[in-house]
Amino acid sequence: MSDISFVRTEMLPEQDPPASEVGALGWAKHNLFSGVFNSILTVVSVFAIYFILAALVPWAWSPTWNATSLAECREILSGLGREGHFSGACWGVINDRWVQLFMGFYPSDYYWRPIAAFILLGVALSPVLFAEHVPAKLVWFSALYPFLMPWLLWGGSIWVPLMVLAGFVVSYAVYRFLVAQVSELISLIVAVLVAVVWWLLLMGPLSGVLASIIPIGIEAVGSRQFGGMMLSLTIGVVAIGFSLPIGIVLALGRQSDLLIVKALCVGFIEFIRGVPLITLLFVASTLLNIFMPPGTSFDIIMRVIIMATLFASAYMAEVIRGGLAALPTGQYEGADSLGLDYWQAQRLIIMPQALKISIPGIVSTFIGLFKDTTLVSVIGLLDPLGLSNGIRANAEWNGVVWELYGFIALMFFVFCFSMSRYSMYLERKLQTGHR
Amino acid sequence: MTTLTDPPQESFRLSQLIYDTRYRSMTIQIVALIGFLLLLGWLFNNTAQNLADLGKEPSFRFLGEPAGYDINQRLLEYNSQDTHLRAAFVGLLNTLVVAVLGCITATFLGVAIGVLRLSNNWVISKLMMIYVETFRNVPVLLWIVFTMAIMIETMPAPRAFKGDNPAAQMMMNDSVAVTNRGVYIPEPLFSNTLGDVHLFGAASMRFDVSLDLLALMLVLGASLWGANWFRKRADKIQEVTGDRPKTWHVRLGLIVVPTAILLYILGFHLGYPELKGFNFKGGTHFRNSLIALWLALSLYTAAFIAEIVRAGILAIDHGQSEAAAALGLRPKRIMNLVILPQALRVIIPPMISNYLNLTKNSSLAIAVGYMDLTGTLMGITLNQTGRELETVLLTMAIYLLISLSISAVMNVYNNSVKMVER
Amino acid sequence: MKKTVLLGALTVAGLAAGAAAAGTLDDVKARGTLNCGVTTGLVGFAAPDANGEWAGFDVSVCRAVAAAVLGDSKAVEFVPTTGKTRFTALASGEIDVLARNTTWTYSRDVDLKFEFIGVNYYDGQGFMVPKDLGVSSAKELDGATVCIQTGTTTELNLADFFRANNISYEPVPIETNAEAQQQYLAGACDVYTTDASGLAATRATFDDPAGHVLLPEIISKEPLGPLVRHGDHEWGDVVRWTLNALVSAEELGVTSANIGEMSAGTNNPEINRLLGTEGTLGEMMGLDAGWAKSAIMAGGNYGEIFAKNIGEETPVGLARGLNAQWTNGGLLYSPPFR
Repeated sequence: MSDISFVRTEMLPEQDPPASEVGALGWAKHNLFSGVFNSILTVVSVFAIYFILAALVPWAWSPTWNATSLAECREILSGLGREGHFSGACWGVINDRWVQLFMGFYPSDYYWRPIAAFILLGVALSPVLFAEHVPAKLVWFSALYPFLMPWLLWGGSIWVPLMVLAGFVVSYAVYRFLVAQVSELISLIVAVLVAVVWWLLLMGPLSGVLASIIPIGIEAVGSRQFGGMMLSLTIGVVAIGFSLPIGIVLALGRQSDLLIVKALCVGFIEFIRGVPLITLLFVASTLLNIFMPPGTSFDIIMRVIIMATLFASAYMAEVIRGGLAALPTGQYEGADSLGLDYWQAQRLIIMPQALKISIPGIVSTFIGLFKDTTLVSVIGLLDPLGLSNGIRANAEWNGVVWELYGFIALMFFVFCFSMSRYSMYLERKLQTGHR
Repeated sequence: MTTLTDPPQESFRLSQLIYDTRYRSMTIQIVALIGFLLLLGWLFNNTAQNLADLGKEPSFRFLGEPAGYDINQRLLEYNSQDTHLRAAFVGLLNTLVVAVLGCITATFLGVAIGVLRLSNNWVISKLMMIYVETFRNVPVLLWIVFTMAIMIETMPAPRAFKGDNPAAQMMMNDSVAVTNRGVYIPEPLFSNTLGDVHLFGAASMRFDVSLDLLALMLVLGASLWGANWFRKRADKIQEVTGDRPKTWHVRLGLIVVPTAILLYILGFHLGYPELKGFNFKGGTHFRNSLIALWLALSLYTAAFIAEIVRAGILAIDHGQSEAAAALGLRPKRIMNLVILPQALRVIIPPMISNYLNLTKNSSLAIAVGYMDLTGTLMGITLNQTGRELETVLLTMAIYLLISLSISAVMNVYNNSVKMVER
Repeated sequence: MKKTVLLGALTVAGLAAGAAAAGTLDDVKARGTLNCGVTTGLVGFAAPDANGEWAGFDVSVCRAVAAAVLGDSKAVEFVPTTGKTRFTALASGEIDVLARNTTWTYSRDVDLKFEFIGVNYYDGQGFMVPKDLGVSSAKELDGATVCIQTGTTTELNLADFFRANNISYEPVPIETNAEAQQQYLAGACDVYTTDASGLAATRATFDDPAGHVLLPEIISKEPLGPLVRHGDHEWGDVVRWTLNALVSAEELGVTSANIGEMSAGTNNPEINRLLGTEGTLGEMMGLDAGWAKSAIMAGGNYGEIFAKNIGEETPVGLARGLNAQWTNGGLLYSPPFR
């Protein structure tokens, strides 16, 4: 038997990993200095961060919150011995105008109305966004919300939105009545005609009469008083809301076998997507009234909303087309094999799935549109950016630049960032259903 | 027992248009077409009537009238006595310049940022994330205004270069001046110039083509072709003999020598910017407005492109590169032959729409006073002539044409890299 | 109106009373508010304050017209317009009157089909330069970089001026006054040119106003005034005579302070006619007898409006100059109320 005493018989105690591999040092080694190139990158970026912060922080750290004019800001700063162009921010302008930047010229007594409208928007969307946490009955509120929101924002008699709603009810009743007697297509056409007649001819007088009998309503607020962030949100939300049904129709039209219908839809989508939004806004501000019958006059915010809706519809159509394309062919074939007709298949099988897939796309379309609403300042509307011009035209704040831009950028960032994060979460949540 | 009978030969009834699926689609289409034509007719009729009420007659005659305003940044010669059409043409070229420049820089920036975001360097990847989120979530109009404001406030004015002890210095051996009016760089000059060719005579679309530039491009093109041919020859030799002849020095010579000879013949030299009077004179002047717009659009679009690139790279299954490695491919070849062709398939379609967006966003040039198509035709011309219908529609038509051309070209490219699915 | 707003919101059919259908005067009365186009913001002339109340020289004209027609100077909807949208807004009937420092020119009057109803500010295009540039005349500006607001007549005047003097320049077109000011102060342009009133107003808010000079050349005539649509003469008369009433009131010594006692009746028949205690001037225009009184009470007479918004006591600090009464050597001259 050979001597095997050189083989160790007992185990060595476990040793700690080398100090350079664990803890802060090890982390830094792996994540920051894992190579020459990486080390250079790290050093450069740290310098860049330092450089930016060194310029920004002393400027932003400026006790001028209570100043009432730029001149007073300058006084406060020179009192602290800070002279020069970039000596410090003048936060007084934000203190003075932040409410205006959010609410525009909306009467201050009614601030609760836009706030309520946008909070209720969250409630109305919750059946879609937090489906598992809210009762299914809430979907009824979501259906009513499109009538509630304009009423809250613009005010006026309660009967108008109710009568608009009644149009849908009447139209649906006519459809149900007719569909038992004649063909589906005919009853659909008649129902649509009835609705149009109701809205164009009957609704106005009827709601007038009802309002004079039972006057229930809240103070009307003209859309000229909309401004600031609230205007951006209103344009964004209303345009996206209307663009959803239009976008669905356009997407279906683009997918359809009917040549002329397809050509019309493709033409519309490509036209809208091919021109800059600013040209569409110019159409809203200069041409839309010329296109309408003589004597018609929408106010400018309505016109902008109309053009923004058309704009969003084209993009929405593409998003929904993507959702439709993502559905496996088996879903279409399955619907066909069940003997469902085109509309039944769309309503019961295709659309619910396609829309669910499209939600992240819809959210990002909304974010895009919401950001693009800053363009309305070019045609003279007072969105936050437009208001900043008006604010700088006051003798007190003439010459303020960075504080306003920075604040506006921050407002947009907070809104858009939280929405995009939420949409990412939603995407992850919905993805599990398909894997 | 059943007998085969012909289907009943029924005569066509009107109700078939609705009930019979054979005809129904036709009915729907015709109704849609009629509806569309009615809508068009209605709009047209309204427009005609409204314009008649306003006492205006649609006419494009104003395009032939003198514009009366000056444009600072321009590629063509233009003065205030030229026509509105000429001004629009100058503006269109400005739009194209900023769009092309922006697309190029945005692509480079975007790819770099997208790759760096996947870096295992913690600081860099977080920094890139912050960059992407900041730029994506703030409106592009704000970025444009911001960039312009930063350039105006932080760069020195030409005045600062004056005096014995100036506050600002020219860079690169006194050849580049960075001011808050723009950047002046040396311009190429030819002392034995071949002259220009004037195209289109005196029309509004007229422009000059420099023969020097043309000659240079021809020679350079021929050299490149020659170098390429030489490389291909080397490939063939390699295939036959197994040995690859050294080619790089010949190829370099093929590219450099003819161009250098031509430059010498043409008497090439640089014209340096010099401070004279109020401004720098000489050299090429990139105006602030162009730089601000270009930079802002590039930075903004780069954030989107970075996300696309990142998603494209992440979309490629890890198994692909492992399989390629198992086949014995080297990392560079794995990237070029396996990963990139597949990633491009994912990347290109959203890239096209970002190029389109950048081009369309360039219409925000008015915010910084860059005279693009929106600034000239839909801006000052509209305002001076009061022809909103004609100018706005014309502008839209031109943008539509640009967009459709871009997507057509990019779609052709997209189809060429598309994998054929089986 | 309440109804139409909501209908419009639902894009069903927002049919409001249009421009061409009826007279603007009747429309305004039926609507109960005056739609008045102003700038998106120009120091002294029009700007919203923290409460969203508009104030300024041009705004006062709107308020006076609203007071004359509706008896309430608050019954104005201010519609901010840009250089490009202002004329369409007026032509399409979106606004009833445009009071946005707009220059009265031949082509705007004749070709664009508007009616300038008078001049509320006689202006001219000037140049502002930093003092240390050492320039004393606009003719020395060869090769200078010039900041200019686009969408104005100043752009054309500038091109004409430099062309006529055969000197070169480089225009920097800018959308708003605030941005022009920023570029000018940072030295991104050597010269800022716009209406002399605008220059003075801008300079007044500088950190160091004394460091900048206005050059002596005034290169154009810029009669700024409110305008209305062509063809609606009744409405044109209302706006024109409201403006004239403000001017006349200053000439006759009627101020917002003494108007109470003056409207009880004075020995001056013209004052009596103006204030409606004598004659039927208001009735002729389809307004009530006290229209001019309400207009003057809205913000005072022309002189008071001037002093309050852009006069020498304000940050804008403009002298009356050409805008003094004709009796004081200025150009303000209202036709008689008779």
